[in-house]
Amino acid sequence: MPAKTSQKHSSISSLSARPVHPASLISITDLSIGEVRRILSLATELEKEDPQQRAKWLRKRRVALLFYESSTRTRTSFELAAKSLGADTTLVSSLSSSIEKGESLKDTGITLRALGAECIILRSPWSGGPYLLAQATGLPVLNAGDGMHQHPSQALLDLRTMLRFLDLKSAKVAAHALAGVTVTICGDILHSRVARSNALLLPQLGAKVILCGPEPLLPETAAQLGPGIVIERDFDHALRQSQIVMMLRIQAERLAGLRLDLGEYTAKYQANGERIAAHAPKALIMHPGPIIRGMEITSDVADGPQSAIEEQVRNGVAIRMALLARALGTKKGARA
Amino acid sequence: MKPLLIRAGRLLDPANGVDKSADLLLREGKVAAIDAPGRIKAAGADLIDAKGLIVAPGLVDIHVHLREPGQGYKETIATGTRAAAAGGFTSVCAMPNTIPVNDSPETTRWMLAPERGAAISVYPISAATRGSMGETLIDYAAMKAAGAVAVTDDGKPILGDDIMLATLKAAAKVGLPVIQHAEDTRLTGGCSMNAGPVAFRLGLRGMSVEAESGLVERDIRLLAKVKGAHLHVAHLSTKKALDAVRQARRSGLHVTCEVAPHHFVLNEERIGNYDTHAKMNPPLRAEADREAMIEGILDGTVDAIATDHAPHAAHEKEQEFERAPNGIPGLETALGLTLSILHVRHKMPLDRMISLLSSRPASVLNLKDRGTLSIGAAADVVLFDPSESWTFHATDSLSKSKNTPFDGWSMQGRVKQTICGGRIVFSR
Repeated sequence: MPAKTSQKHSSISSLSARPVHPASLISITDLSIGEVRRILSLATELEKEDPQQRAKWLRKRRVALLFYESSTRTRTSFELAAKSLGADTTLVSSLSSSIEKGESLKDTGITLRALGAECIILRSPWSGGPYLLAQATGLPVLNAGDGMHQHPSQALLDLRTMLRFLDLKSAKVAAHALAGVTVTICGDILHSRVARSNALLLPQLGAKVILCGPEPLLPETAAQLGPGIVIERDFDHALRQSQIVMMLRIQAERLAGLRLDLGEYTAKYQANGERIAAHAPKALIMHPGPIIRGMEITSDVADGPQSAIEEQVRNGVAIRMALLARALGTKKGARA
Repeated sequence: MKPLLIRAGRLLDPANGVDKSADLLLREGKVAAIDAPGRIKAAGADLIDAKGLIVAPGLVDIHVHLREPGQGYKETIATGTRAAAAGGFTSVCAMPNTIPVNDSPETTRWMLAPERGAAISVYPISAATRGSMGETLIDYAAMKAAGAVAVTDDGKPILGDDIMLATLKAAAKVGLPVIQHAEDTRLTGGCSMNAGPVAFRLGLRGMSVEAESGLVERDIRLLAKVKGAHLHVAHLSTKKALDAVRQARRSGLHVTCEVAPHHFVLNEERIGNYDTHAKMNPPLRAEADREAMIEGILDGTVDAIATDHAPHAAHEKEQEFERAPNGIPGLETALGLTLSILHVRHKMPLDRMISLLSSRPASVLNLKDRGTLSIGAAADVVLFDPSESWTFHATDSLSKSKNTPFDGWSMQGRVKQTICGGRIVFSR
């Protein structure tokens, strides 16, 4: 029978057969519940620490930010997180580097490693890009969003936001910590790496995830992503069941010919004041950003008392500090 | 060239219903005699002891990419045919998506020139339209005269009904089959794998089953309108498309199809974490489709196993999944995988299995005197040990490219010697 056997023989075995550094974070499913708990606890510890002391954690360690897509929140918060731990950071973006000249991701990664980078934070328009970078460099790679695949640090900061709203301590994170909690993720699920990461993480903690949106943006196969996920096409019905609502923007840049009646879309799926007041007056309203006001969410909701949008951004820095400390394996970070 | 006497092997010639212990004499590039062991006297012949081995017609692969002209860094006709010989093949049909596209008698003749250094027989396949752009038919009679055995715009399927109809008519007139890579590319923009839950999880756009079956169904509708036309569906990968072929055949249409080993050995889960060595087109499909391929092979609907040998340089495959090119090499693993899966696991008799790799593909593309050991046929022979287990290592491959998903795989059935035109072209 054909079967995979040892690859010892192969001296040029394919890149994809090479290992990924274990302190990488590429998919949220890489983390056990225990690891999630330790990352959240470390985030809190680092956030509370005196800035002078905190800056010793990764003193003079070298962190490269490799961004092939534009980003405001993620890039800035990773950068601030690295700097507040004392690391030196360098930003390489596709428009101001040899990437423009056609340098491959593999070669860019090897170049950054030769320049002393000890950890690379990657944002890529291509799903799976971080695996390639991790396999090519052997360095810990933090996925800052890859194509339509995942955005695991976003899922962790979203979890931190939810736990605070629900008044749960991170130390309590365990298999049933979110039992009884329903989270609706609404909008362009198909193209959303944030949706995938959250939908894979939250049910691990006992939450029920409702994915909501029209068929072209939410195919039926999405329900097979993992356990604890259901599809609901009626937004109002989903809202009435939810303690937490996460809105997503329509990713115009990834629609690839998909046609959408925006008038019909906003009528059915927009989070506006009237709808939220009627169906989810107490729910926490989240959005990973960037928000398109007047499209998936209106200003009264985005800026209203139920909105956690700014809090999500703030939590991003703490979570990313913890991920960097974990990735670079300082003595303290090694605990995470 | 001295005669070759292959002694005491188990002679398997499915085209003639032969399965017996026999000696086989090859002389002047042809099969000269077959008789009971010890009966053939051939003074001066070189002897090959085939005891314990299967002696079968040299294998025939009707779907390979040899990359020449134009992409010699991936493969050349010389390296590709050496890999083929190592896999037991003695005839391969080369797809026209070269640079330039093989749409002229000059290119066809260039591919056939002795300077290419082919180790085995190469049969070029002509483009169906100028530059495979799907617009202007080329002169099939001239292509056939130059040596082409079929027409196709492989990789750039013919979408327009009018042009496909015209292609079927023109090809029928000169007696050439039309091969279609069945993919409605209007539905597969940006897609890099099979549609479904795995694609959703990986965040990759998926090709639907209908993008394949829809075009097969369309082609069959057009085929019914053209008397004498022959449609051959390349690398079929879905149950739905296979059902369409099965039904068309029942209604008497001349439609044939091939399946690649990777489509009956692997399913889409093999992609794992974006392994580009599991990226090909058509993509690896769901398990139910893989099982349907086995079923179609076992029930006779599938006419041929063809590898779609598609070598690529390492740097091309070491890219993000969606950016990496499609395809894997297949010549050196085809026999081992087929024997392991079809014969060992699914109990397909060896002669039927061999026919799928020799006589039946040869007949699909009308390759005369190939795929059989009839007296007078080409002296193309493969000797293999059907019970030897071995491990395939990409580094040992004779192909220029090592982008195989089968590196490190154990399989059963190993080629010992390949003879093409009475000449030993591979031996281990």
